[in-house]
Amino acid sequence: MSAMLDTLKTVLAVPGVSGSEQQIAQTIAGIVRPYVDEVRTDAMGNLIAIKNGAPGSSRVMVSAHMDQIGYVITDIDENGFLYVHNVGGHGPRSFVGKVVTFASGLQGVVSIKPPRDGGEPTMGDVFIDIGASAKAEAEAKVQIGDTACVAYQMVVNGDRVSAPTMDDRSACAVLIELLKALHESGKPHKTVVGVFSSQEEVGTRGAQTAAAAENPDEGIAVDVTATGDTPDVKPKMAVKLGAGPTVKIMDRHSISTPYLRDALIDAAKKAGVPYQREVLTFGGTDAGAIQRTRGGIPACTVSLPCRYVHSPVETVSLRDMEQAVALLKEYMTV
Amino acid sequence: MRVERLSLLEKLLAARGVSGDEGEIRNLLKPLCEERGAKAYTDALGNLFAHKEKPGAKRVMLDAHMDEVGFLITGADANGTLKYQTIGGIDPRVVLSKRVEIGNDKVPGVIGIKPIHLSTKEEMTNATKHRDLRIDVGAKDKADAEKLCPPGSYATFVSTPLVFGDGRVVSRALDDRVGCLTMLAALEEDLPVDLTCVFTVQEEVGLRGATTAAKRVQPDFAIALEGTTSNDFGGEPGDKTIVELCKGVAISFMDNASIAHPGLRKAVTACARADSIPHQIKRGVAGGNDAGAIQRAYGGVPTVTLSVPCRYIHSANSVAALSDIDAQIDLTIAFLRDVEKYDINEGGIR
Repeated sequence: MSAMLDTLKTVLAVPGVSGSEQQIAQTIAGIVRPYVDEVRTDAMGNLIAIKNGAPGSSRVMVSAHMDQIGYVITDIDENGFLYVHNVGGHGPRSFVGKVVTFASGLQGVVSIKPPRDGGEPTMGDVFIDIGASAKAEAEAKVQIGDTACVAYQMVVNGDRVSAPTMDDRSACAVLIELLKALHESGKPHKTVVGVFSSQEEVGTRGAQTAAAAENPDEGIAVDVTATGDTPDVKPKMAVKLGAGPTVKIMDRHSISTPYLRDALIDAAKKAGVPYQREVLTFGGTDAGAIQRTRGGIPACTVSLPCRYVHSPVETVSLRDMEQAVALLKEYMTV
Repeated sequence: MRVERLSLLEKLLAARGVSGDEGEIRNLLKPLCEERGAKAYTDALGNLFAHKEKPGAKRVMLDAHMDEVGFLITGADANGTLKYQTIGGIDPRVVLSKRVEIGNDKVPGVIGIKPIHLSTKEEMTNATKHRDLRIDVGAKDKADAEKLCPPGSYATFVSTPLVFGDGRVVSRALDDRVGCLTMLAALEEDLPVDLTCVFTVQEEVGLRGATTAAKRVQPDFAIALEGTTSNDFGGEPGDKTIVELCKGVAISFMDNASIAHPGLRKAVTACARADSIPHQIKRGVAGGNDAGAIQRAYGGVPTVTLSVPCRYIHSANSVAALSDIDAQIDLTIAFLRDVEKYDINEGGIR
């Protein structure tokens, strides 16, 4: 099994809904500690891992968000059912029929009230059954404010792997492998401010404070992006799964700083990896937050093509991930 | 609630302070802060800071917004009635047939509506939009109206605070004068923290005052003190009531602007338990408050929100329980008094 798949499995298996990133932060800190000079968390829950570069080299923040979409428990009823609100962007039907995992390891199943006449379901109709038959029994296991995410389950079909939370743990794996590759190469490189950011799914909140505190010379977000290569997908989009990482031109939240975008494209060419030019007509990444911090910080996004984003079967290509590492490694090398 | 505290609350509620026009409430608050031994100063946006310095101690920011929702006069029609815009979120259903006061001279007016005799069934079942409503100040024509109330004048609901029923208070602007009261109560104490209470401006139009205030204070942690939506009067199931009156101060885990810092939330909850202060968890994710702006200032600030449940919020007559206001005060003071007992960064990597 490849090192990348190994790392991916490790980071996918740990719950970390936005605002509840403590566990995944601990897991990633444990992996990257041997490769970096400094590891810590901050007030927003970001995990910041700094790998010092050659003297006088620039400081580049590379951000991959470790939080994931999920549910937060808003109430527990008399029969022990848990009511929820979505954390991050997903609708009432997205995870119905799925198993969910809490930070404690407790699991439950998601269901939804039967449709009312003519009414569209809302998040208020969604509930989680944890096998409790009364309120007190449920309260012994779960508190209001606890979060739950879709349970980890992976399908490997050759190069393509599907699981919940590829958004954005596949990018976390890329950032981990980048830090490891720079550590092992022993060649001089730029200072990498690795940020495993928190609360991206609720509005790129973690990257905002991490960028303000670290004040890097440049910022690169590593995130997943949608693809245009599945049946009848809308909107039309040129990005394909398995055709290499993308360099983002723009999305809803940022227009990549042109010189940085071009430098990353040059790095892809130099590294001999395919790349795709990405224009996303919706969505946004940590780059948008980094770019508008302080007096403005040059920022760009390197994306991993991902089918079925914000579903339980987010699908990425291991080769795209490995090529993203090669691209970023080339860019960091001085 | 103690008599002096109640009379202070009534004073805070009587003062005006629509977002962008917080002068009256700020002028009331500033000497009250100074009387309590704080150094009081304002910034370019109009935020009022009350600082009780304690060198070497934890730097704590308490936050409550002194602004309130209201109206801005935008002009007059030929018949002498005034057009307005809302400042902050006001449901058009709650303004009908309400008295308002306009400008510094408190010109009386009323938001009138066609009587039942002249209304169609449809008009009676659909709320009239703000753009179709007018404020009647008894003026004879456009010139008269605009002389009395020039465009740009602010207006608030007329509403005298009243204590009624089982220890409850009805008034406009409970959101967030309750938080202002709690900060004044905290300033009365000698607490082992370097305390800055910020009475912020323009919360109701997008957390604008807190955004700059937090950057100035740069606290180790912050607590937003709020009035929050209680929906406990319509026979709603638990998760839709959000909070309930008389069940104590509400601790938030998440709203649309922020997710509470897990360690700080755990610590204030443990403190409420240890001191037997009535408290409840805010059930539901709705609204947003200054915590969202404070949390993301510079390198990030641990924040949590403690709220007083308020019914009929953002109207002329919202209702809160005095016991819940006392609980907000008690928990705020107890936590700052015992802050060294709690590790708010538990679980963090240093």
